[in-house]
Amino acid sequence: MNTRHRDTDVSDLIGGSAPVTGSELRILHDALAAQAESAGLLDVAYRTLDTTVGTLLLAATSIGLVRVAYEREGLDTVLEGLATKVSARILSAPKRLDDTARQLDEYFAGRRHRFDLPVDLSLSAGFRRTVLTYLPVIPYGQTASYGAVAAAVNNPKAVRAVGTACATNPLPLIIPCHRVIRSDGLAGSYLGGPETKRQLLELEATA
Amino acid sequence: MTNKQPFEEVVSQHGRTVLRVCRAVLGSADADDAWSETFLSALKAYPQLPVDANVEAWLVTIAHRKAIDVTRGSARRPIPLAEMPPGPARDGADDRDLDLPGSLAALPEKQRFAVVYHYLGGLPYGEVAAIIGGSVEASRRAAADGIANLRKARGTIQ
Repeated sequence: MNTRHRDTDVSDLIGGSAPVTGSELRILHDALAAQAESAGLLDVAYRTLDTTVGTLLLAATSIGLVRVAYEREGLDTVLEGLATKVSARILSAPKRLDDTARQLDEYFAGRRHRFDLPVDLSLSAGFRRTVLTYLPVIPYGQTASYGAVAAAVNNPKAVRAVGTACATNPLPLIIPCHRVIRSDGLAGSYLGGPETKRQLLELEATA
Repeated sequence: MTNKQPFEEVVSQHGRTVLRVCRAVLGSADADDAWSETFLSALKAYPQLPVDANVEAWLVTIAHRKAIDVTRGSARRPIPLAEMPPGPARDGADDRDLDLPGSLAALPEKQRFAVVYHYLGGLPYGEVAAIIGGSVEASRRAAADGIANLRKARGTIQ
């Protein structure tokens, strides 16, 4: 059956029906996001943000910021993960992330040394969550080794687990896992890539 | 696919089709509202939708219900402005004049629904019948009659 041909044929027959434009759909989409927000149906709102370390994806629940992701993590993959682990009621809705975006812009400009944002740590549990809760203690511009962090959370042997906690940090930048480095002084691996980690440490050292 | 896709994907994949369907059954004046109400209802029910469901058929079914609400006047009607004269001011075949595109307005409702849901919505006749009622064969016939009437109205022989 030649469906495509028949579709065109019928569209032509219906006539007068103006094509749907991208901007019409965008307006409808944005109105939907606003309605969903006020109806309490927007479980996860997200937006992207262009920064000096590439495009970031920011996502927030009604509790707070739930995910910051680097482009190399694959933005579609990150959204699918949120749909599975948090809720599939996800829409691109920048408004909820206005404050996050502003604070990140200030951070990358060297004008912000700590974030003041509600966070939702539901993507992290157990020891990893303990580690993530500790990390903001490391001051801006300073670093700590994986071993030192393990000791600080009363589990000195859990050096590798601290590494895993950092590698699976759902809120990089906001929870400063980039300040955790190898005991030999090398930056070590990072969610956003080792080069990004060096860039962030350099930013914090000079700002 | 084993996991449910983010709702944003549902909007970007099916938003255009649903708007075309809304315009074709309601006319452009009411289509935007019907589109918004369709996707808001869909968002609400989305977590309960089975993963293997035909998402487009589901959306068109919701859109159909919204369209019925509008055409039957059981949903909110536009509040008439004070300076407008009461009573029917516009003429039309329906109890409400829908500014339907082209010759669609001239079709009986069942034919219009069948043509739009099958040809614009892309639904198989089984799904069309589930939405408008009656047998699969009746939906097929309604769509065929609708197309024949559209051709007649157009004055084309194809």
